[in-house]
Amino acid sequence: MELTAADLQAIWLTFKVASLTAVILAVLGVPLAWWLARSRHWVAKPVEALVSLPLVLPPSVLGFYLLVALGPHGPVGQFTQWLGMGLLTFSFSGMVLASVLYSMPFMVQPVLTAMQSLGERPLEVAATLRASPLDTFWHVVLPLCRPGLITGVIMSFAHTVGEFGVVLMVGGNIPGVSRVVSVQIYDHVEALEYAQAHRLALVMLVFAFAVLWALHLQQAKSRREAH
Amino acid sequence: MHPMTLTRSAFFMGVAMAAPSFCQAAEAQVAVAANFAEPIKAVAAVLEKTTGHTLKVTVGATGKFYAQIQNGAPFDVLLAADTHTPQKLEAEGLAVSGTRFTYATGKLVLWSVQAGRVDGQGQILQAGNLGKVSYANPKVAPYGAATIKAIDAMGLTRVIAPKLVQGESIAQAYAFTATGNADVGFVALSQVLEAGRLKNGSMWVVPQRFYDPIRQDAVLLKKGQTNEAAQALLRLLQSTQIDNLIRSYGYER
Repeated sequence: MELTAADLQAIWLTFKVASLTAVILAVLGVPLAWWLARSRHWVAKPVEALVSLPLVLPPSVLGFYLLVALGPHGPVGQFTQWLGMGLLTFSFSGMVLASVLYSMPFMVQPVLTAMQSLGERPLEVAATLRASPLDTFWHVVLPLCRPGLITGVIMSFAHTVGEFGVVLMVGGNIPGVSRVVSVQIYDHVEALEYAQAHRLALVMLVFAFAVLWALHLQQAKSRREAH
Repeated sequence: MHPMTLTRSAFFMGVAMAAPSFCQAAEAQVAVAANFAEPIKAVAAVLEKTTGHTLKVTVGATGKFYAQIQNGAPFDVLLAADTHTPQKLEAEGLAVSGTRFTYATGKLVLWSVQAGRVDGQGQILQAGNLGKVSYANPKVAPYGAATIKAIDAMGLTRVIAPKLVQGESIAQAYAFTATGNADVGFVALSQVLEAGRLKNGSMWVVPQRFYDPIRQDAVLLKKGQTNEAAQALLRLLQSTQIDNLIRSYGYER
């Protein structure tokens, strides 16, 4: 029962992609959720639908569009080439970008739900105490939405770890760059290396179970605190 | 006549009438190596026109089909991209013995979607501005294994290895290059030819001295033993009738 160096490399890579994705999503997703929660502009609803798209789209659709958009003739590809970065396909940054898009709803949705359930009252109180909007956001909204934020970070990390189809389509299966655990398992299975597939699959199973367990514990705790 | 008897005899009449037409036009499930994806369409058209039999085609990497057939995949025929896989299936009793034969011998090419990018000598492989190089997963795709061998034989492993990106079959290796995401790709000649001519871009046919000929064998699988369409397909692939058709995709016969 031993993982090979290649398996460990895949695990480390997966961890790097998933944690970077969760951090980026926390930075981008929280202000986005706040805007979605507060805006009365008609654009807010279509944007909310857009953010949720990866929930229902097959990864092959996202993978296909990314392959074309990030390619040399696609809009993103033209831009990254103009910046002198080359192409994002088959690169670590490309994997992170794909993961950010793919896991976006898992960050935005729980945070948005938490913000919507705040109601007007705390904001009105803050306003009468002459708190600036930024103050209110930092010192009232964020602390009150903490459970939703924790759920969002955990879920977007875990969902990125569980990503497979998109990486398969734009990753190029490069060790240390795009050969994440899910792809490594797929490769083992396809090559009939069932013993190696079993070891890695078990690691994933234990991880996924632990994450969901931790999430439920955290949610139970925040419910107790709310009462 | 009792109404029950009437419906019953009508039912049996229906079966009796349907049965011969079923025998005349059967359907076979065929697992086809990805490099043969285009030719199989033309072959299926000829088969349907001459015999009425139809094919349900699944395209993928040969090694993946091997794993799937081992796990009970419902294929009647395998058109592999090597000789080794059909041999193993026969030895394991999953294929009908004595039905193996080479239906085509494939060629490896270095291809770019950009015209003029790949030169006639493959010098591009040593160019400083060479981008990503796509190829097929060598564990499951014979063309991928041939690529690794060829790069090694050219003495370019150290230069090319860091630039390699892997498709799960030769079809994905082609897609990576066709979309321009990979600069060049090691693909099958059959993928870039149409009616004997280069469809687009630029290519270099990798000289045969750098890799073993890719002899592609067909085999009748146990499940297809009594399938009329499967047997008709194998007969057609063995006949000289489609020599020119298969050659037009760059294969040797």
